[in-house]
Amino acid sequence: MEIQFILNKKQVTAEVGPDAVLLGVLRGLGCKSVKCGCETTNCGLCTVWIDGKSRLSCSVLAAGISGHEITTLEGVEEEAAEFGRFLADEGGEQCGFCSPGFIMNVLAMKRELADPDLDEIKEYLAGNLCRCTGYMSQLRAIQKYMAAQKEKEEKEARA
Amino acid sequence: MKTGENGSKRDVPDMRVVSQAVPKVDSEALVTGKAVYTNDLAPSDCLIVKIIRSPHAHALIKDINTARAEAVPGIECILTYKDCPDKRFTMAGQTYPEPSPYDRLILDQRMRFVGDAAAIVAGTSEEAVKKAMGLVKIRYEVLEPVLDFRSAKDNPILVHPESSWKSLCPVGADNKRNLCAHGECGEGDVEEVLASCDHVIDRVYHTKANQQAMMETFRTYTSLDAYGRLNVVSSTQVPFHVRRILANALDVPKSKIRVVKPRIGGGFGAKQTSVSEVYPALVTWKTGKPAKIIYTREESLTASSPRHEMEMHVRLGADKEGRIRAIDLYTLSNTGAFGEHGPTTVGLSGHKSIPLYGKTEAFRFAYDVVYTNVMSSGAYRGYGATQGIFAVESAVNELAQELGMDPAVLREKNLVREGQAMPAYYGETAKSCALDRCLARAKEMIGWDEKYPCRDMGNGKVRGVGVALAMQGSGISGVDTGSVAIKVNDDGFYSLMIGATDMGTGCDTILSQMAAECLDCDIEDIIVHGVDTDVSPYDCGSYASSTTYVTGMAVVRTCEALREKICEKGAEYLGCSVDDVEFNGAEVTDMKTGKSITRKEIGNRVMCSNNEALSASEAFSSPTSPPPFMAGIAEVEIDRETGVVEMVDYAAVVDCGTVVNPSLARVQTEGGIAQGIGMALFEDVVYNQKGKNYSNSFMQYKIPSRLDVGTIRVEFESSYEPTGPFGAKSIGEIVINTPSPAISNAIQNAVGVIIRELPMTAEKVYRGMQELKEK
Amino acid sequence: MITIGNYVKPKTLEEAYELNQARSSRVMGGMMWMRLGNARVKTLIDLSDLGLDQIEDEGNVIKIGAMCTLRQIEQCQALKDLYGDGIAESVRHIVGVQFRNQATIGGSIYGRFGFSDVLTAFLALDTFVELYEGGTIRLSEFVRRRRDKDILLSVIVRKSKRKFRYESIRQTKTDFPVIACSVVTGIVHGQETWYFSVGARPMKAALLEKKWEIPPDASEETIAEYAKQAASEFTYGSNMRGSAGYRKHLAEVLIRREMMSILAEGR
Repeated sequence: MEIQFILNKKQVTAEVGPDAVLLGVLRGLGCKSVKCGCETTNCGLCTVWIDGKSRLSCSVLAAGISGHEITTLEGVEEEAAEFGRFLADEGGEQCGFCSPGFIMNVLAMKRELADPDLDEIKEYLAGNLCRCTGYMSQLRAIQKYMAAQKEKEEKEARA
Repeated sequence: MKTGENGSKRDVPDMRVVSQAVPKVDSEALVTGKAVYTNDLAPSDCLIVKIIRSPHAHALIKDINTARAEAVPGIECILTYKDCPDKRFTMAGQTYPEPSPYDRLILDQRMRFVGDAAAIVAGTSEEAVKKAMGLVKIRYEVLEPVLDFRSAKDNPILVHPESSWKSLCPVGADNKRNLCAHGECGEGDVEEVLASCDHVIDRVYHTKANQQAMMETFRTYTSLDAYGRLNVVSSTQVPFHVRRILANALDVPKSKIRVVKPRIGGGFGAKQTSVSEVYPALVTWKTGKPAKIIYTREESLTASSPRHEMEMHVRLGADKEGRIRAIDLYTLSNTGAFGEHGPTTVGLSGHKSIPLYGKTEAFRFAYDVVYTNVMSSGAYRGYGATQGIFAVESAVNELAQELGMDPAVLREKNLVREGQAMPAYYGETAKSCALDRCLARAKEMIGWDEKYPCRDMGNGKVRGVGVALAMQGSGISGVDTGSVAIKVNDDGFYSLMIGATDMGTGCDTILSQMAAECLDCDIEDIIVHGVDTDVSPYDCGSYASSTTYVTGMAVVRTCEALREKICEKGAEYLGCSVDDVEFNGAEVTDMKTGKSITRKEIGNRVMCSNNEALSASEAFSSPTSPPPFMAGIAEVEIDRETGVVEMVDYAAVVDCGTVVNPSLARVQTEGGIAQGIGMALFEDVVYNQKGKNYSNSFMQYKIPSRLDVGTIRVEFESSYEPTGPFGAKSIGEIVINTPSPAISNAIQNAVGVIIRELPMTAEKVYRGMQELKEK
Repeated sequence: MITIGNYVKPKTLEEAYELNQARSSRVMGGMMWMRLGNARVKTLIDLSDLGLDQIEDEGNVIKIGAMCTLRQIEQCQALKDLYGDGIAESVRHIVGVQFRNQATIGGSIYGRFGFSDVLTAFLALDTFVELYEGGTIRLSEFVRRRRDKDILLSVIVRKSKRKFRYESIRQTKTDFPVIACSVVTGIVHGQETWYFSVGARPMKAALLEKKWEIPPDASEETIAEYAKQAASEFTYGSNMRGSAGYRKHLAEVLIRREMMSILAEGR
């Protein structure tokens, strides 16, 4: 069946089977940032936004996304790179395989929670597994990034 | 020159690049999700390869009917044991001759575990392949399996009865006894010393199989190139070993195979076994078409290369004052259906636990490694040391309890110190060792003296602290070999070519840092090439904590050689004697005249009318394997009613010699500890009575989320390893070794329960508390 | 993995119901669990276009559309105002935000899974389910029913002055529960009544109702006796997450803690 949806702000059309999942369709459309880590909704590697909300593309039927707006890391590359620098400064990307899904959810959190404390950050990101880092470096990166964002906003407000 | 920190009297050179927290050279591509991993790079016309797996733990294939499956549109081939060379090999990524027995065929008639490969199906689409898989009819003769590793040795049921089974090295293997390895070593008379000890702790500890659970599962794609050679792109830690393994498996010359390693989504030892490569390789070799296999998470958890399950019997003797006088260890290791890494992992259970205690008068270490009908084990970070250290460190903690002594104080009395000989560590001497300082600092970090043994939190919760020490090696002495090549390009930038495999760990970065340090340039002046066996210099691969130490030394040597050549070229172009020039990284200067020529100019000039390539290549192998050391202290909170254990804090202090990149070393340590916490508290590979693996998804095999690890704090106490690059030792593996014994000790100190079998679940803690109540 | 012949997003409930009458038709929720099974579904019915994704305060009841996500429930102010943090507590451990942005209450309740936190929580409240054909019935009755071809439209919680607590024990923070318990108390027909629901036993949640009058200042021992009594009226089983005996012990502990917490609030 044919589906039409918005992918990273562009209208796209794709031909998909009724049991195709969004993950595979997005990779087929060139969004190679979207990774599969577990197939059972447990790891968060396949996180993308559907209408602005973090979702697991391994479990979304492509057939149902007509008319919706999908965002992958490719669609927020600049913002990802900005946060990514904080992550890399801490060595928190390590193998990098979980980074795209993780970063998507960090950026979703930034949009949803105004000024999250450490516990709120951990809880929001609990569905993003990482086997390399032990998570501490990611938390350091997030906190530094959030602080820098705040500073930037305050500066802009003053200007 | 400046004086080393932390009271170490050694002079360490001022360093510009080494010891700096440089971001990884590939970080930007990784954080923006660029297509750099195996499956991102695979051509779209690859045949999809999948494996039909045995539903039985032990069976013989009597008949395979592929007719209906082959008729499915899009199916290219269905391969069975009849299509494979009848020549056994090992999938273990080890230096030839491999200690692991040659006990595998790509496909075998005998099925040895639930999940063993029965047939390969390849087709143009996933749908076609899945459909065909359902149509292949296999008739099995189901045999009784050997599932209990305690009764495997000399069991009448043999896992490998075949006469073509072969052991290349004298590791005590005997397939007619289900023995993959057997050995014994020691020094002094253990029985006599134990008999004269005031206290003897005599206990049995049990560690389970654990999954590395790297986020990128096993995957490989293959194709034939213009020369008819097999090109293999694979997520592997051991590209050069994979070349040999594939040549063995396919029975073709090694010259026919090229292996390329792209970015890897984690390995932790899992990819030191060639788990996925043989299947698409066989398909491509047979069909001439490109092929790829992407392991599902289920396959990665049921047909892979997890940690060896081990049962360890420890006898630890001490005098009244707490001087540890003798250690006797017997390890029984379960290698599962195949012998990958079986003979070698077991050695570390003794050789990297017993030497932690420097004053023993005698030790003995004996082991058996047995075959059983569960999935084959492999290499997992720590490689047997993790298991042995859980046993020995737990026994030391039990000794402390028996002596009524603080377990940290007991260790201060006994731990190995710099300059001491380590008889159980192949007689090597600890040339660099800050273990005493590691322990002292870890105690300070956690507030040991205030918190030991425990604090009642007043709400039904109690917090306990527990301690453990660890060591590992830095490469395999006398075996591991790393070679490196560097060439100068136009405009003077350098190409660093290594055969060591960055699997996310950052070796491309830290080796560049070392090269930049040696060549007095910026890290941006150096580009690194990922491994390609056709062009990269030989390296055994990234395992056994070898890369920083072994390949790092090769970088230092290569840079030294290249500097000489740069000086020679500079002198030639300046028209002076090489004895008169100095190279400061940017230019070669004639010290007599002050005339100089830039590296850029030299780089450009050697591309015209030049008879000697401006490049260098050197190798390094070490006769020793200097151990890094570490102290870990866990603080846990236990619910007295439910037994639920919460991680509160983990203080870790590591001596890895000079820290080459503080942020990467720190993340290595934090990550290793988190994995260790998972191993300690909940990771478990569970089989049913028929050998079916229940832990077949991330729903059932639980790795820690960020809510499960508490706070992990890491510091370094540097020593200076004279044989290592810039004084460095390894970091990658040691970091997983302390959590299990330290957490066990924290539980012991909090509620008095001693758990000798991992994982230490809430139910085990609860049952332990109940038993104590009943006493 | 599931195989799907035909994906349909009906425009009306009638159409959805008609389509679902075929033996090989299935209604999808968030696709979290159904996808993992090996079912061969001829027609998969997606209810997304039927406006079932709202939580509505209808005066006497709160009506939660079957396609509402667990995240909506977690963040619902109306439910929080009525029953405190317990509702959010019952879902916040479920995998992660992404999962809860997708899993639906309809899927959770309809599935009647043993591990279901959602079922355990809502079962103890005054909860009904609205079915397309079968009308509105009590959740406790629905739980006992065999699966049929009806369609679950909404979960309806009757507003009442009840106190609600939810607790669970897990091996890791985002794992399935080893045990999940909710305790609810309130005045029903003029009489103090306690409701206990225990899930992940590992069998699906079951409900126990007790007309117990427990004074707010009851001693800890007295409450412990009640908790012991309540926990003993459920059956427990063993699996890889825990033994039956341990589960029973945990149920007793959690029920007691929840009762203590409720009674402390009444003091």
